[in-house]
Amino acid sequence: MSEAIRKSTAETYENKEVVLDVKDLRVYYETPKGDVLAVDGIHFKLYEGETLGLVGESGCGKSTAAMGILQLITPPGRIVTGEVWLDGSNLLAMSEEELRQRRWTKLALIPQGAMNSLNPTMRISQQIRDVIETHEGKKRGDDIKQRILELFKMVGLPGRIYDMYPHELSGGMKQRVCIAMAIALDPMVIIADESTSALDVVVQRVVAQTMLRVKEALGVSMIMIGHDMGLMAQMVDRIAVMYAGHIVEIAGVEELFYKPGHPYSQLLIESVPSLTERKPLKITEGITHDPRNPPPGCIFQLRCPFVMDECRRVKPPIVEIRPHQQVACHLFKQQEDGSIIDVRDIATNP
Amino acid sequence: MGPIPRNYLMRRLGIFFLTIFLAATIIWLIPRLAPGDPITAMIDRMTRTAGYVENSDVIIEGWKERFGLNDPLPVQYVRYLGNLVTLDFGYSLAYFPTTVSQLIAQALPWTLGLLLIAVTITFLIGNFLGAILAWTRTPRLVRYLIPLAMIFTSIPSILAALFLLYIFAFLLNWFPMLGSYELGVTPGLNLEFISSVIKHGTLPALSIILVSFGYWALGMRGMMITIEGEDYMHLARAKGLKSFYILYRYMVRNAILPQITAFAITLGTLVSGQILVEYIFAYKGMGTLIYDAIVNQDFAVIQGTSFILIVMTALAVLIIDLAYPLIDPRISHGGK
Ligand SMILES: Nc1ncnc2c1ncn2[C@@H]1O[C@H](COP(=O)(O)OP(=O)(O)O)[C@@H](O)[C@H]1O
Ligand SMILES: [Mg+2]
Repeated sequence: MSEAIRKSTAETYENKEVVLDVKDLRVYYETPKGDVLAVDGIHFKLYEGETLGLVGESGCGKSTAAMGILQLITPPGRIVTGEVWLDGSNLLAMSEEELRQRRWTKLALIPQGAMNSLNPTMRISQQIRDVIETHEGKKRGDDIKQRILELFKMVGLPGRIYDMYPHELSGGMKQRVCIAMAIALDPMVIIADESTSALDVVVQRVVAQTMLRVKEALGVSMIMIGHDMGLMAQMVDRIAVMYAGHIVEIAGVEELFYKPGHPYSQLLIESVPSLTERKPLKITEGITHDPRNPPPGCIFQLRCPFVMDECRRVKPPIVEIRPHQQVACHLFKQQEDGSIIDVRDIATNP
Repeated sequence: MGPIPRNYLMRRLGIFFLTIFLAATIIWLIPRLAPGDPITAMIDRMTRTAGYVENSDVIIEGWKERFGLNDPLPVQYVRYLGNLVTLDFGYSLAYFPTTVSQLIAQALPWTLGLLLIAVTITFLIGNFLGAILAWTRTPRLVRYLIPLAMIFTSIPSILAALFLLYIFAFLLNWFPMLGSYELGVTPGLNLEFISSVIKHGTLPALSIILVSFGYWALGMRGMMITIEGEDYMHLARAKGLKSFYILYRYMVRNAILPQITAFAITLGTLVSGQILVEYIFAYKGMGTLIYDAIVNQDFAVIQGTSFILIVMTALAVLIIDLAYPLIDPRISHGGK
């Protein structure tokens, strides 16, 4: 993605309105051996028109967070606490019917498994038509066809698939259908959960570009979930780094890549492959603790190269260490004058 | 989808006739592999019951001649196949000189009427209950009551038949005990006959429905739960579609497909599965005919009814094969 398309971080979210505000969201899965704390108290804001990347290794709770925001958690999962503010109201404190009316009109999803996300016994056009007509009422056949073909054009789909069934489409095409569906009602927020991971690399690029183009054209805010830091860096404005159910850092792409705050972010960035230099892989193992019984204190302590005594006792609060960069780590201490220092700096140059 | 391709249709019809041909051959072969012959066996039986049958040798020879049992096997076989084409299964041994075809022609409409209606109702009720059993919005009371109703599934159909017969025909006298229709009424398209047929058919049909709807309900419930976990269900819910629309257009529409396949197979085993129910109600259908034929060792009738049952099975499978692409867009004629 060229720099021209991607707006600079600062311009994207300063003075912008908050469209989605997630507060202390916790989603647990019940298992015979206790609750899996899949999402354990995440906070973040999504600003008007921005794309926020949510990254972290597989199993860290990205999809669960997305489903929590969308109110699509099904047993054995449950939302323990949290607030999800969208357009002035809290999705978690709403009746089923109020929520249903806000689905898709305000908050749409581009699903993780696009291969199987379309109803196999329904024509493509019908699956877009049903969501339009559910929320906007019955439409004339010609009008709806015109509108769906327009959506197809926006995402680069040929009109001939209108009457086709999902099994007649390639993976990339199905993903585009999902994108077309997501923008059908012009929502405020779109959540894309690893929407390109299942595709091969070339198609992945093209679909990702389509997604960004459409997003730019509509000015919709987006949460883009992925595990590939490199790919993310090219597509999003800010990145939230997730580890074992916690957001450990949220920062603009430039800030994060230039000076990652959290040791885990550092690890992720150092493991982004590069053609110009070969380096040993930094990430060697996944989440090491039992997700049912996380250690007290910092969630990353077992893998952190800088672990201190305090980390084993006290959960670090998330603090702004630099403009547009918030980190949850004891390495950063607030001074009396309000400035933030990195304790490693004190240690090395007293 | 679209019209059925010609060569697929021809190939599928070819398989249909081949199945029937092979089945017919096996039906012909099996009695001839058994020791002895049916006529000697019948005379033996008569001898046992009557003590002595005069000129039994002459009778056996005469009958053997009449049924062509003295000809060489290949000749018998070719003649047999030729007769089958004209649906001529020969004479019933027990009801001579009535032909097997006549017996079947009298019995088949009753069975088709009773059983087709009963199993179709069973299929509809069972799948409906299975679907609402799995639906999360179904009132809890309903979800407790349905499994309770399914205890009938564990009862053999003959017991259910006897039970219904005792309560509703014997004790309450709401329905007639026996037969397919009242003896006094004239068969035909008159109201009296039709209402008599319905009255006589209700209890047999009910005993079939009662014992087998649970089978469909459980199958449907299982399929619905599987589909509940599909990715497209997630998306359907995220889309904010109305709950009832999701139920029938996303869940039932997909869950019913394997059920329909199973239904086609059931149609094939329809008659043989319900022989005893017909027998208990003295219902003059194929089941009773087969039962009598077995008891009387009436080979010609057994052969004829078996053949008809096989044709019915093959026909059911053929129809479902040809119709399946219409209900599942992923399946195309010719498997491409
Ligand atoms: N149905 C479930 N039952 C129990 N644990 C689950 C279930 N679904 C997800 N999890 C657990 O929740 C955690 C987060 O999963 P997920 O949100 O899918 O991660 P991600 O999308 O980041 O790969 C994982 O540890 C996973 O094992
Ligand atoms: Mg995931």
